[in-house]
Amino acid sequence: MTNKINIDETISWQQITPGGNVCASGNSEDFHTGDWRTIKPVFIADKCNQCLLCAPVCPDMAIPVKDGKRGDFIYEYCKGCGICAKVCPVKAIEMKADN
Amino acid sequence: MSIRERLSGNEAIAFAMKQINPDVVAAFPITPSTEIPQYFSQYVADGQVDTEFVPVESEHSAISACVGSQAAGARTMTATSSCGLALMHEILYIAASNRLPITIAAINRALSGPININADHSDTMGSRDSGWIQIYSENNQEAYDNFIQALKIVEHKDVQLPAMVCQDGFITSHAVENIELIEDAKVKEFVGEYNPECYLLNEKQPMSVGPYDTPSYYLEHKRQQAEGMKNAKIVALEVAKEFEKISGRKYGLFEAYKLEDAEAAIVIINSTAGTAKDAVDKMRNEGKKVGLLKIRLFRPFPAEEIAEALKHVKVLAAMDKTESFSSQGGPLGAEIKAALYHEEKSPKIVNYIYGLGGRDVKVEDISSVYEDLYEILATGVTGETYRYLSVRNQEGK
Ligand code: SF4
Ligand code: SF4
Repeated sequence: MTNKINIDETISWQQITPGGNVCASGNSEDFHTGDWRTIKPVFIADKCNQCLLCAPVCPDMAIPVKDGKRGDFIYEYCKGCGICAKVCPVKAIEMKADN
Repeated sequence: MSIRERLSGNEAIAFAMKQINPDVVAAFPITPSTEIPQYFSQYVADGQVDTEFVPVESEHSAISACVGSQAAGARTMTATSSCGLALMHEILYIAASNRLPITIAAINRALSGPININADHSDTMGSRDSGWIQIYSENNQEAYDNFIQALKIVEHKDVQLPAMVCQDGFITSHAVENIELIEDAKVKEFVGEYNPECYLLNEKQPMSVGPYDTPSYYLEHKRQQAEGMKNAKIVALEVAKEFEKISGRKYGLFEAYKLEDAEAAIVIINSTAGTAKDAVDKMRNEGKKVGLLKIRLFRPFPAEEIAEALKHVKVLAAMDKTESFSSQGGPLGAEIKAALYHEEKSPKIVNYIYGLGGRDVKVEDISSVYEDLYEILATGVTGETYRYLSVRNQEGK
């Protein structure tokens, strides 16, 4: 149990960690918050001026930044809250229904 | 050589705590358990233990501090009674489900209201489904012995659950009786060091405790927790064997007293078992085949073993020192009936509510129960199964 074990919906009661204890660190990237989104942000790269105001306000890690530039959304982590779209000064993020 | 002393039940628990020398005790005073943290804080002040004593502002805080410190990796204990235990209720479940082997000395007292400070079992019976192991004690000696054994049960890797070690408020918590204490070194060796596999203060292995559990996992966690409780029964017997080696005193899942050939028997918890044994002896002298079964482990409930011990009895009274307001009887009655349900020739069973709010129960009261049982035996008519013992009744009897 001291090692990082993968817990998903196939895990048995015998294997799950007692009390849901997580005996590892840095594992929030294994937790995909994108499952329950109803709307999603769409990145319009042409409009983006790379001001990077959106990345730090994302409550999860759905906006990757590399070499000073943001990339497209990682939808696994996007809960569709729309904060990024609100903060973008040039409307380079549009919220759309997510089916 | 063991040490002969005269101690109250509270003193006995405080002394056991001193010998165990836990890492943390967090407690809030409430009658009749107040003396335990009081005596223990004296040991702390006198430097006789290394314990971090945390005087908190409520029982909710006491058990919350216990959860925090046990999760940190510290051996932790507390004491409480009645409304104090009720105030802990929310956190009791958290301690159990987080698999934190905390030990509570629970000094049984009635729950309000009407306000009452005397012994009955409404407090711990109110937490019977919280996931805590419950061990009951007839007298100061058993309270002491059970408290020391509890530590080894709760910390066992197959159990990892908290326990409450119960005894009757005032009746045994304050009554001074002879007691045989075990030498310090032997107790220390018996309980050993607490070495949890995962704990918060382990800098080599970071961990999170008590995360949110979605419907996809909660059921598996509860099933796993139930397994710990099942294992507690087996571990309790192993620990009892080891304990016998250092104390010479035998413990089982329950105590059977003159039960082997009994045709009428009662099942009872805590101090009234002592009174009931007197009643049994008296009636045995009159040639009546009576016996009793005294509960030690109530959680887990050793149903198979109890059924085995009781199945030959013809008529049985389960004695509840608490109400459950099911209009059927008390929690012990329900467990006993369930335990015997699968027996082909189950005894006739009645359930008495007795001694609520510290009402004195005398040998004659218990004898009257056996007489009632003999009447059922003679007439073959069970009659009302949900009864109150020695309650004043307008109709006379
Ligand atoms: S919608 Fe919310 S979660 Fe998704 S990328 Fe934007 S800020 Fe992050
Ligand atoms: S806030 Fe808008 S413009 Fe600025 S980086 Fe984000 S998407 Fe591009």
